[in-house]
Amino acid sequence: MNTGVLLRIESISKSFPGVKALDGVSFDILEGEVHAIVGENGAGKSTLMNILSGVYAPDTGKLYFAGKEVQFKDPRHAQETGIAMIHQELSLANHLSVMENIYLGRLTRNRFGFVNYKEMYKKCKSDLECLGVTDIDPDTLIADLSVSQMQMVEIAKALSFKSKLIIMDEPSSSLTRKETEMLFATINSLKQSGVSVLYISHRMEEIFEISDRVTVLRDGTYIKTLNTKDTNAKELVSLMVGREFNKTFQRKIKKIQDGEKPILEVQGLSYGKKVNNVSFKLYPGEILALTGLVGAGRTELVQTLFGLYRKESGKILLNGKEVEINSPTEAIKHGLGLVPEGRKTQGLFLGMKIRENITMANLPKLCRFLFIESKNEQEKAEYYVSKLRVKATDIEQQVRYLSGGNQQKTIIARWLLNNPKVLFLDEPTHGVDVGAKSEIYEIINNLASEGVGIVLISSELPEVLTLADRILVMHNGRITGELSREEADQEIIMEYATNQLNKEMVK
Amino acid sequence: MLSINQAETSLQKKSKGNLLSKLAKSKEFSVLVALFVLCLVVSLLSPYFLKMQNIFNVLRQISVIGILAVGEALIIITGGIDLSVGSVLGFMGVMTALLAKLHLPPVIIFFAAIIIGSAVSTISGLLTTKIKINPFIVTLGMMSIAKGFSLLITGGMPISIENNITYLGSGYIGPVPVPVIIMFIVAAIGHIFASRTLPGRNIYAVGNNERAAKLSGIRVDRVKIMVFSIMGALCALSGMILSGTLKTAEPTAGSGYEMDVIAAVVIGGASLSGGEGSIIGVIIGAAIMGVLRNSFVLLGVSAYWQVVAIGVVTIGAVALDSLKTKRD
Repeated sequence: MNTGVLLRIESISKSFPGVKALDGVSFDILEGEVHAIVGENGAGKSTLMNILSGVYAPDTGKLYFAGKEVQFKDPRHAQETGIAMIHQELSLANHLSVMENIYLGRLTRNRFGFVNYKEMYKKCKSDLECLGVTDIDPDTLIADLSVSQMQMVEIAKALSFKSKLIIMDEPSSSLTRKETEMLFATINSLKQSGVSVLYISHRMEEIFEISDRVTVLRDGTYIKTLNTKDTNAKELVSLMVGREFNKTFQRKIKKIQDGEKPILEVQGLSYGKKVNNVSFKLYPGEILALTGLVGAGRTELVQTLFGLYRKESGKILLNGKEVEINSPTEAIKHGLGLVPEGRKTQGLFLGMKIRENITMANLPKLCRFLFIESKNEQEKAEYYVSKLRVKATDIEQQVRYLSGGNQQKTIIARWLLNNPKVLFLDEPTHGVDVGAKSEIYEIINNLASEGVGIVLISSELPEVLTLADRILVMHNGRITGELSREEADQEIIMEYATNQLNKEMVK
Repeated sequence: MLSINQAETSLQKKSKGNLLSKLAKSKEFSVLVALFVLCLVVSLLSPYFLKMQNIFNVLRQISVIGILAVGEALIIITGGIDLSVGSVLGFMGVMTALLAKLHLPPVIIFFAAIIIGSAVSTISGLLTTKIKINPFIVTLGMMSIAKGFSLLITGGMPISIENNITYLGSGYIGPVPVPVIIMFIVAAIGHIFASRTLPGRNIYAVGNNERAAKLSGIRVDRVKIMVFSIMGALCALSGMILSGTLKTAEPTAGSGYEMDVIAAVVIGGASLSGGEGSIIGVIIGAAIMGVLRNSFVLLGVSAYWQVVAIGVVTIGAVALDSLKTKRD
């Protein structure tokens, strides 16, 4: 291994209104190494990546690339210098072909200035072959590729810039096991040719499989860089959370009693391709986890139940009675609540106050002749802010200035105010720091013990295994497995989620 | 005893200071300062500006724009836009004249006009929500349709109105013109509606995050249609005022008003991307537009240059809005 320093990161700091995202971070990335970055959500990983790839400029600090100081004006500038980033949400143009995406902005031209597709096709084919990719035709539209193929195209695009450093942000999050192995093979061959890879992942086993060194970030500060072979998962986790990781939240499993009646029963529910003949029961006080890979149809399932999509077939029974739910308004009237995925896109009214965000779904009940009873509204909001320990200056603060965890609590408060009988929680701890996470677990646990039926969508298997009484695994719009907590572990769940245990339904 | 008193007064001082600083930070305040500066400059340049008669004249001019701006603000807060306000106003002036020809009592004319105006704009609302056409295009079309009908009905000729409904435009209560009083009533109701009622809150929610509003059980389409219906009623009201002032319905009355109205809303602190804005700010915005127009007249700026200037002010206001959003 070459030991020259490719990129020196020197006391980089970056603040956003209300948060110091990075605080004096310094470390080196060597030539031809796979360098993993770990840290809890909010540790500053994405901010750092965005600085390295030219999206943000740092407030203070310097970057030295191949010995020379660099200041990136924009991502294009970083790309031209030799740093390419592959984002978690792939950033390809869906309606263009593979080769057009790879050479976007620098399409091969003939001497009249027109695009020379024939030449570009040849070039693209050989570029892909260099990567060991033979199953992608340069003419295919991106929309027709699988997620892992798209990732390969992103990598090919990055390499076509002659990148020396490729940043990969959670590249395996939507890949199957097999596809991940292919990705690792590619990473290894990149390494052989002297390219460095900065690898961000939450999955410990991947970090130990692929990386040479690993850097830990916590709360925007640099903690330590270790040789991967000299450390272990336990040490990394304790460095990430800043304390010995042994005190974990544990929930007492709720057993369904004989003769107990389900609070919610779904029979043969279908909506488009994403929800296919789904049936399940939910009992009062139960936490039912709905897991599976991203895109398995979990979100569509709960949003169909919540009336956002019109179901094509199937029945929904609440307390044994069939109900028709055609809109979220009706769902709320029936006592359902939904903490949606994507706080900022679907949950919050960012420009509005905490008070207004909390009372939004329950406002008709706080009104007399359409006039908002402001005192009542204020008391309700105050009550839930203190009950859920939302950290804020006061209830009149705009939610945009709260941290992820407190924003999420605000949305949960919105539904608590409604006294739901069934609460759907879609990735409730996504992008939430460790402390707030365990507080949210406690809130969910308390709700269940008050008799609320809870459907928890989560991709984080440890979270599922901590909270759930029963686990449903979805794959391609179908429920492929049902597990009790005792029989579930990460491996079994992943097998169901990738549908490797075909038709071998438990129970 | 003394020390307690001292503590109390210092506490009072503190809360007073908070109130002042809160006021100074509010968006309306900076717009208000701009209005004062503008008035000061104009009054220095022209001695007529502060004459009682001119002030009421300006207020009268502001009233039509102000009333329309209240409705436009509600639409813009939901994230929509209405370009047809000027021509719907003109159309409603013509309708008022037709109703007056039937020798109906003013009260009946008033309510009939409000209903017709509301219905016209509700069509725009239905088209944007149910068929999902961009409100910009729908209301651009509606602008042309309303103007076309005004011309068809009148044959392009003004119709005179002989009915007491003209009191809305030409009457006085004491020294104060009736339109000015109507504007203040509309603004007060609009302010209470936007800040204290359920539908008012829903308007902000829809503009802030439509998806989240839907998931919170708000019937988003209804909210969007409602703001258009309100806009139509206000167009009818201003149509009656404008035709009443002249005791004549001009088929082309109100054309180009959408510029002043949208500029007033944006100057008043509403954001074209929705979710933000206040009725008080918008009324101050309308006042700024009114004073600008008045000052052009007082300072003898050619009418053609006025048209150019209004365009510049509109673009400037939107540019400020866009820079502000970018900074956030």
